[in-house]
Parts: sequence; C-alpha cells; structure tokens
Amino acid sequence: MTVPYDQALSEFEAVIGLETHVELGTAAKMFCGCDTSFGAEPNTHTCPVCLGLPGALPVVNAQAIESTIRIGLALHCDIAAWCRFARKNYFYPDMPKNFQTSQYDEPLCTGGYLDVDVPGEDGTPEVVRVPIERVHLEEDTGKSLHVGGATGRIHGASHSLVDYNRAGIPLVEIVTRPVVGTGPRAAEVARAYVAELRDVLRGLGVSDVRMEQGSLRCDVNVSLNRPGQPWGTRSETKNVNSLRSVERAVRSEVERQAARLRDGERIVQETRHFHEDTGLSTPGRSKEEATDYRYFPEPDLAPVAPDPAWVAELRAALPDPPSVRRKRLTAELGLSARDSAAMVNAGVLDLVLATVEAGAPAAEARNMWLGPLAQAANTRGVEAADLPVAPAQVARVVELVSSGALTAGLARQVVDGVLAGEGEPDDVVAGRGLAVVSDEGALGEAVDAALAAQPAVAEKVRAGKVQAVGALVGAVMKATRGQADAPVVRRLLLERLGVEG
Amino acid sequence: MTDLTRLTAVETAAAVASRDVSAVEVARAHLDRIAAVDGAVHAFLHVDADGALAQAARVDAGEVTGPLAGVPLALKDVIVTRGVPTTVGSRILEGWRPPYDATVTTRLRDAGVVVLGKTNMDEFAMGSSTEHSAYGPTHNPWDLTRTPGGSGGGSAAAVAAYEAPLGVGTDTGGSIRQPASVTGTVGVKPTYGGVSRFGLVAFSSSLDQAGPCARTVLDAALLHEAIGGHDPADSTSIDAPVPPVVEAARRASVQGLRVAVVRELTGEGYEAGVQERFDEAVALLSELGATVTEVSCPHFVHALPAYYLIAPSEASSNLARFDSVRYGLRVGDDGDRSLEEVMSLTRDAGFGAEVKRRIILGTYALSSGYYDAYYGQAQKVRTLITRDFTAAFEQADVLVSPASPGVAFPLGAKLDDPLAMYRQDLATIPSNLYGGPAMSLPVGLSEGLPVGLQVMAPTMRDDLLYQVGGALEAALHDRWGGPLLASAPELEAARA
Ligand SMILES: [Zn+2]
Repeated sequence: MTVPYDQALSEFEAVIGLETHVELGTAAKMFCGCDTSFGAEPNTHTCPVCLGLPGALPVVNAQAIESTIRIGLALHCDIAAWCRFARKNYFYPDMPKNFQTSQYDEPLCTGGYLDVDVPGEDGTPEVVRVPIERVHLEEDTGKSLHVGGATGRIHGASHSLVDYNRAGIPLVEIVTRPVVGTGPRAAEVARAYVAELRDVLRGLGVSDVRMEQGSLRCDVNVSLNRPGQPWGTRSETKNVNSLRSVERAVRSEVERQAARLRDGERIVQETRHFHEDTGLSTPGRSKEEATDYRYFPEPDLAPVAPDPAWVAELRAALPDPPSVRRKRLTAELGLSARDSAAMVNAGVLDLVLATVEAGAPAAEARNMWLGPLAQAANTRGVEAADLPVAPAQVARVVELVSSGALTAGLARQVVDGVLAGEGEPDDVVAGRGLAVVSDEGALGEAVDAALAAQPAVAEKVRAGKVQAVGALVGAVMKATRGQADAPVVRRLLLERLGVEG
Repeated sequence: MTDLTRLTAVETAAAVASRDVSAVEVARAHLDRIAAVDGAVHAFLHVDADGALAQAARVDAGEVTGPLAGVPLALKDVIVTRGVPTTVGSRILEGWRPPYDATVTTRLRDAGVVVLGKTNMDEFAMGSSTEHSAYGPTHNPWDLTRTPGGSGGGSAAAVAAYEAPLGVGTDTGGSIRQPASVTGTVGVKPTYGGVSRFGLVAFSSSLDQAGPCARTVLDAALLHEAIGGHDPADSTSIDAPVPPVVEAARRASVQGLRVAVVRELTGEGYEAGVQERFDEAVALLSELGATVTEVSCPHFVHALPAYYLIAPSEASSNLARFDSVRYGLRVGDDGDRSLEEVMSLTRDAGFGAEVKRRIILGTYALSSGYYDAYYGQAQKVRTLITRDFTAAFEQADVLVSPASPGVAFPLGAKLDDPLAMYRQDLATIPSNLYGGPAMSLPVGLSEGLPVGLQVMAPTMRDDLLYQVGGALEAALHDRWGGPLLASAPELEAARA
C-alpha cells in the first residue's frame, strides 16, 4: 500500500540524505600501480597489493589525494591538516584483504555545501543549499558474479566468480548532512543535487562520472515525520544508479513510508535494494544485523598532512563552479531566464553550454539538444547527459550543417550513427555515405525520373502553378534518401520545365 | 681443511672474495651441515638447495659482489620468496608459493647472500618458543630438550647450530632478541621503518620489524646494512640512509658513553643467574669507560598489557585475508556449503590455538563499545612509554637490561600457561611500542645456558647498539678466550 507522493508530502515532512561514491579517474589504483581502465579481461589489472597477498603493502596514490582535496574545495569544505586512513573490517570475497581501507573519524574534507537549482512554482529556478557532512577517500571492492542461480544472486548459485580489476580503484565518498525543508520537492532536490554534483565533478575532471558504468553511485536515505514532530526512522536505499532513479527512489520511499506511518506502523531502520526495472525497492539488511566494522587507524599508511600552501594553490586553480559558468554563459548568449529554465528542466543546459563552448552557435546547440537528442534520450529512457554522445561531437554536427555539408535531415542520421557507436560524426558521414549531393550532373537523373513519373504535376507547373513543384522536389529528395541539396533540385526542375522561379 | 660452517660471515665473504673457496663450496658445506643436524634441531621448514646453489654459482661467476657475497643465510618463513614455499609456520599457507619477492629477499639476492631455506617460527610469529609452529617445534642447539625461544627460534637456532652464519628474523615484541638471548647469538631489531616490511607477512603492522641474526656483532651490522634503507613500497619506511652500523661495530668503543640500566627491567621476574650475568656485563661496560647510571621508566610495567591489546587487534585485521578464496588452504568446499561456511571451516582448520586466541582477543578489543577501553587505552600507554624512552635518552645514550627474564626453558614448560609465555617478552616489548632499535648479545651462561643483554637506543641511532655491542663482545671474548658459542655442546654428540 502506498500514499501518492504529493499527498504524502502534504501530510509529512521528508528528511533526505545522500551518500555518493565516485570512482576517481586516476591512471593507477589507490594503493598500487595497477591500471584502472574499465572493461578489461577479469583479473588482468591486479598485483600482489590489490589482491591482498600476504606481505603486500599499500602506498597512497598522491593524485587521488589531490583529486579528493579539489572535490572538497569545490564543495566549500574544510581540508584536514592531518588525517589518517582507517580499516573497515568485514568479510566479503570481493574484498581481498577482508577489510576496506577507508576513512572513518578523520575524513580529508568536512563541512561544506552545494547549491542546487530546483524549478520553483512559477518555473523559474530556486536555489536550495545542500549541506555536505564529509568527503573522504577509500578503495573500491572487486565484483562477484554468482553463476548458476536464477537471478545472478548468491542465493541458489552453484559457484561464484570474482573479478578484482575494480578492487583498489580510488573511490571518493561524499556524504550530505540531513537535508530538511524541501517541502513537496524532496525527490526533485535529491535528483538536482546528484546532477549538480556530477557537473561539479565533471568540471573538475576528476572522474568520468558515468552512472551507467558505476563510476558514480548513490545511496539514498529517507525518513518522514509529521510537522513539528522529531525526525522519523530512516531507510537507506542502496545502488541507485541513474538520476531518474534517484528521484524515483525518493518518491517510492516517501510513498511507502507514508502508508506505513498512516497505518500506525513502525519504520524499520534498514538497507533497501533499488530495482531499476520497477522503480521500487525491497528490504535488505536490517540495522539489528548490522556489522561491527571494528574501525581502527590503518597502521600500514602514514598519516596524510596536506601542505596548506599546496591546498591554497589547488583552491586558486579550481575551475568556475557549474552555476557560475552557467550564469556567465547564459548571459553571454543572451538566453532568457525562462529559456534556461526550460533547458534545466530537460537536463540539457550544461550540455548546450558545453556544445557552445565547443564552437556551436547557441541556437543550433539548443535545437540539437532539445530536438533529436532529447527525443533519443526519451526513447532510451535515460537522461540526455547519459547519452553516448559528447558536446564536442554535437558541435561538429552543427558545423557540418552550417557549412552545407549536411542537411538537417542528414544531421539527424549522423547523430543516430554516433549514438549507435559508429564513431565520430565524420566517420558516420563517411561510413553511411551521407554527404549532401549538390552536383547537378548527379542530380539530373533523379530530376528527369521525377518529371517522367509525375507528368500531370509537371504540366501544372508549366502552366504557371509554380508551388506545385514541391511534390517533385519531395520525390527527388526521397529518391536520393535525403542527400540532395533541396534548393539545387528546385532550380533544376524549374529550368527543365522552362519556368522562372 | 677448515670447517666452512664455523666461519663468521665476514670471514666467509673474505674467503669467497679471495677465491680461497667458492661460494658453491660454502653453500654445500652448510647444506651438508643442515642434512646432518637439522633432523635434531628442526630449524628449517624448507631447504632450497637448488636456489642456494644457483645463487652461489652467480657469486662465483662474479655476477654479484659485495661484503656479504657468497654468505649463506637462514630466512624466517614470514618473509615471502618468489616460487619458494612461504608458510609463516601455519597450515593455512601450506604449499603456497608466493608470486613475488619481499624487498628483504630482493636485497639479499642483490647483495649476493645465499638463502639456504626458510626457517621455523611460531605460527604468524605469535609465540616465544617456536612451539606454536604448525610444523613442530625447533630445538635449542644448547640443549635439544629446550626451546630456542620465539617466534624466530628457527633462524636463531640455525645460526647457533652452524647451519648458517646469518639469519633474518622479525621482531614484533621480541621475536629476534629473545631467541638470540637463549641461543647465545646476536639479534637486532632495527628502528621501526629502518628495514622494509614489504613482503613480510604481517602480524602487527605498527610493531613488526625485520632484522639480523648472527654470531658476531659485526656480522649483524653487515646484514643490517644490506637489508636496511628506504623502500618506496613501504609507506612506513624511513626515507633516510641506514645509520652507520658497520662503522660503529668496528669502532666498538663505549669510552665516555652514558649507559643507563632500566630499573623496571631488572630484579623481580628475572632469574637470579640472568641477573648476575647482566650485572657483571654492566660492570664490564663501566670498566671499559662507560658512565653507568640507573633510570626509571615507570610506564614500562604497562607495556605487556598494552602490547597484548595492540598486537592482537592489528593481527585480527591482518589475518582476515586468509579466507581460502585466493590462496592457501580451503576446507569444506563440497559444492553444498556456503562461502561463509567454507571460510569459517578453513580458518578453523588452518589456524592454531594461539593464533585463534589472539584473533579473538583483538576482535574483542576493537569492538564497538570496547575500543576506547582497550585499543584506545593501549595506544595512550604506548604514548607514555615513548615519553619514558625520550626522557631516559636525555640522561643516557643507551639503555640496558637483560634481554629475556630467563634462560631457555624446557619444551612444553609454558605451553599451558599463555601468560607465563607472554612474560618472556617483558624486557623486549617496550622498544617495539616505542619504535627504537634494540639488540641482544650473549654475556655469559647461567646453568650452562646462554644469557643475553639488551641494548636499547633512540630511533635511528641503531649505530649505538653496534658500538656498545661491539665493545662488550670484544671484552667478553678476551675474558672467555673466544666466543660463547664455542662452549656449546657438539650437536652430533648431543644427538647420539
Ligand atoms: Zn594492483
């Protein structure tokens, strides 16, 4: 039983919290020199250190420390003058040492915030400040594959395979403080926070932030309370791996908890698993069975004590935050507040701006992202930002159109090709043979065929009904699969018919 | 012809360098000695004859040179060796051949040292008698019915039994020094961070330190220099040159040096014979020109309980990786049992009682709600002990004490009394908690068994140990007319 979201939030106040894990894009792993690239043969990116062999010791990747400090600075955190790693002890086969080297009570960054834009009641953006509790650095685990079971889960599996390629990849955990007072927009704020965080991280260049590949992963905490009452018991929904799912996870949890509370039932403090297919979550471990992680300072690693002068240098070299960059670019491009709000809503503003920065005129960039690309995202059920096309590639398509090498129709086909993984726009043009045909000789045959096929139409045009030529142009375009240069076709037809254009 | 096994490392290296003997001959002589006596001593868990002879041949071919080229060595089985079994004295790693070398192993090879094999030890270095080895105890060459101490009883016994002139041990709470003390050999725990821990199977990461075992102070110094020095693969390794230990061992003078006896490490709890030999040695230091005083380190009395919280806590985490998934023993994997059951059965079958005791102790000490009272409190004691050392080193250049409260004890004597066993490390543990270097060297016999004196120095002043040890050793050899080990019974006779 659930209570509809809007109704639930008119009756209850939601407190949300987000824990985000970001795989850093460092060349080497957190504590060894192994390669971090995605998609290699299982267990080929491993060594004694990341396999946790007896006697092997970790050495901290300085680039990972730097990236974490830059993230902390971008989120307005304080950077610890001295901190240590800690061991989080628990047994799991995809964790080679059966402890995770993480940070516990001495995180590298603490106490920041991130401002996010959420559409207000009239559609214009309103700023919500999300408080950040901490940003810390840890190592990722390997991945288990359970074979023989019905669902790929460990239950019922005949055996398990473990891939340690991911084990030891640097992982930054960004934890918000409880976010309160979001009113009816709890789910939108959660989603906007993750989207904004992703833009910040992308701007810093510290991660490729691909949610679908797991380089950005989210855990969503939700609790409800009646106005004026203390906060309720929270649940934690794990592995919410797309922006859309972040929003859906909050919504479904609000609806589920509201129904229970309304019926006078207790909310159990538990971990829940999110299912992308249904948008719902099912209960996992309850707090009563929670592991005692027996944290203690990692004795194999020296404490981290970033030089304040270096931290100041990193701070000075930070890129503009996405919000500032957005304001600057929208002002430069003369976009109206309403126009940019529409793009924010469609989740394409940053993509449009990036496309402009890559050289496209604003109007064309906007049309591409709100047009064919928004449609493609919709068809695939993903965010536009998750489409496998980069703003620079979109800018190239725009350039090909404005140079006359492509028509609007061909541009759409090129975009489809890029999305289908056929390579760069120029590769798709060459591969699919999509260049505009404006050569009169080459078009002559199609023009003659169109005239021969539709003699009645040809006669009408000859008789002075010039606008009827459209049908003939259409036939030529169809015959050339959209590749013909339409104005040239029209001129050729009229010449053949002896009519002034 | 001289018995090659009776030479010191310095003499052996000189003989090989001058081509009086080949490194292969030296290696064969030691392998023969092992074949002859190790059935009685059981110092070795694995003898790598092929590897030793191949390395000796490299030395003879002139591929490697150096002050220890061609000198045989007994390597404690806690240090990983590529392709050569490394068990840590445990069933859980039986048959494991590491795919990589420890930094210590690499440095030994690069120095031309000939590793004869891997030596016995208390399982995971947890013990003071080598009786907790899963592969049976090592016997003390001085009296085969007694233990050689532990955990590095194998390396110490090998050196004392002339199976090798050099050994490498590891010292977490005294595992190099206490065996040295009861076998009449020299053992040194370097400054923490002075020798790389990369490839040393961890017991307690913040305390473990590899170091030399030898029959003379100078031999120990040469080995210390060969294995010491910064290693970027170990984050806790000190980025500074090895202190001038060889030079100090050669200088061997205590003239004008301030030596202080630690009041808390003498008297009650120390055997009378041990105390007598210690007092005589201190008097000798005074005769040699040292200024001898007494200092108090009031927090040393808490060292043993603090150690038995910190070391097991770290061990409980370090030993979690032995779960049957990637290497080592696997028990109960019959296709029906769950992964957790297989892990649990493996650990139950693979770990011995003492290891389990410490894992449980450490797990408890780190548990939520107990952390502050146990692990946290122990860390505070550690800080206080460090302060005691710092204060003492304002009054003295080095501190001295008996290295072990007693002489070698009979096999089985303390197996049923863990606390009595733990007290063997009363005098050695403080230096591990502090991180400073310490040495045990033989200063005489009590009841016909060796007694060791411990010298402790400030961190990164390892040279002071060798300076004092060298002076004392020279004076004692003069007094005895040769090394103490010369008075040890002949092993062949003992076996007969
Ligand atoms: Zn690795």
